[in-house]
Amino acid sequence: MRMVIKGNGAVAHAVRLARPQVISAYPITPQTSIIEGIASMVAEGKIDAKFIKVESEHSALAGCIAAESAGARTFTATSAQGLALMHEVIHWAAGARLPIVLANVNRAMAPGWSIWTDQTDSLSQRDTGWMQVYCQSAQEVVDSVIQAYKVSEKVLMPTMVILDAFFLSHTYEDVEVPEPELVDGFLPPLDLPQKMDLEHPAALGNLVFPDRYMEFRRKMDLAHQVALGVWDEVGREWGELTGRPYGLVEQYRMDDAELVLVTAATTASTARVVIDALRDEGVAAGLLRLRVFRPFPSGLIRTILAGRKQVVILDRNCSFGHHGIFHQEIKSALYELSAGRQPEVHGMIVGLGGRDVKPEDIRGMLMGVWEGRITEPVTWWNVLDAESAETGAVAMG
Amino acid sequence: MIEIRIHGRGGQGAVIASQIIAEAAFREGLHVQAFPSFGSERRGAPVAAFVRLDDEPVLVRTEIYDPDGLIVLDQSLILQKLVDVTQGLKDGAWILINTPHRPEEFAHLGPYTIATVDASHIALQHRLGSLTAPIVNTSILGAFATLTGLVSLDNLGEAIAATVPIKPEANIAAAREAAAAVTTLAAAGTGR
Repeated sequence: MRMVIKGNGAVAHAVRLARPQVISAYPITPQTSIIEGIASMVAEGKIDAKFIKVESEHSALAGCIAAESAGARTFTATSAQGLALMHEVIHWAAGARLPIVLANVNRAMAPGWSIWTDQTDSLSQRDTGWMQVYCQSAQEVVDSVIQAYKVSEKVLMPTMVILDAFFLSHTYEDVEVPEPELVDGFLPPLDLPQKMDLEHPAALGNLVFPDRYMEFRRKMDLAHQVALGVWDEVGREWGELTGRPYGLVEQYRMDDAELVLVTAATTASTARVVIDALRDEGVAAGLLRLRVFRPFPSGLIRTILAGRKQVVILDRNCSFGHHGIFHQEIKSALYELSAGRQPEVHGMIVGLGGRDVKPEDIRGMLMGVWEGRITEPVTWWNVLDAESAETGAVAMG
Repeated sequence: MIEIRIHGRGGQGAVIASQIIAEAAFREGLHVQAFPSFGSERRGAPVAAFVRLDDEPVLVRTEIYDPDGLIVLDQSLILQKLVDVTQGLKDGAWILINTPHRPEEFAHLGPYTIATVDASHIALQHRLGSLTAPIVNTSILGAFATLTGLVSLDNLGEAIAATVPIKPEANIAAAREAAAAVTTLAAAGTGR
């Protein structure tokens, strides 16, 4: 059914369709309307689930871990400081191989206190074992939450479905919400191979000695390698059912592109308009949108970017003291290319703390590189006080 | 693509108005986007909400800087110069103002088509809100339908019923009354 909903509503509808048995969540802006929506659906009987109101995000995910360990399908949602407070149990969920799905509404980390979008919250959970999917529209949010359950439950790793604060979370748009029968046919009920069972008591999460710990970790890494193929296959299967196929990445006007923009989330949606305009002006520009960030489709990205002239990577995040995080990962993926096939790579730090990334910004960055005006490896785009940025001086307002 | 900015004060329903326009335009078969100004809002303080409408899926996901039309829920924002409502507004754009005054009195705003409707009065007649805080967002949208022709009154009524939690009939009746009560002054040279 087609309807007008906001990104947070898209999450709630997708969760309804996935038929979770336990939702355990704690409110935080800009995520709150996700769990408000789900709480209403549970109260109205539209979701047959236990909704656990907890006292913190740490407990929210701990609740999901407990329920999922007993074989229940679970969901939670959070943002920024809430995700950071979950951090200890974020590791636990992945290490225990629990296919939990979490929606994270990207919000900048404090201080300065901010409720606006920024990817540093989710990317600071990069190395926990969670899979990560970045969405560019409310439609993709619906589709990705449902796919995330299928992929997670196949490879037994949790997934974070990620959407931009406000630009997606609070923006109403027209979305096709699938019928329950379609989703029921796509996503079978959860049947974990190992779960808590009163008939067969066992201890979980025991001490693992050095002679076994690495093997557990190796299996987590292998699960991610398998997941690359599973995301691809599940995205294709979803396309056959709905007419909306998804891949690990998305390519737009890339066939003969010499100047390639790489970015994720809503900025990638806006960027299409700029790519079209540049093409009209005769610039061979294209867009590579990152979607599944963990597992990282390194080989695919290397193949796509091999032999291009210029690659401009937009990061709405920063690993302080180094580069934007997408920038680092892509440069690492390109290392194996021979010298003649290596594109020139420029990173742009943009849009932190919800600063808007307008079409003219994207055009400025692309053409700045294309026309040789931007030569540095990393540029902080559109920073107001250039002097304090250069000296590292901090003025706290 | 048509971009609309709605100015109001916190509590007047600017955000709901943006949703209703989106719902009504969606029923016209258009692709839609509606969003509030991103941040915290306080009751009584100036707020804004935004709408994009297009035949094609809307790809641009930024704030709106140069709208094609404005809806002003509270004339005091203009009269007291609290907000520069015409900031970024395209030449020849339309401005719809909730006011008892005639559009000529707002001609100083610039080369725009100005339309006025006393949405507060209409809302009160339909017992929407209180004397000090009438709920004007639904009635002014009736005038919006007449002024722009972007949505039919039937689809607007359905959108109101789908969006407004209480008194849908009174809200729809107020919108229909405002649709007939709008006064328009075409911008010089626009031929409208």
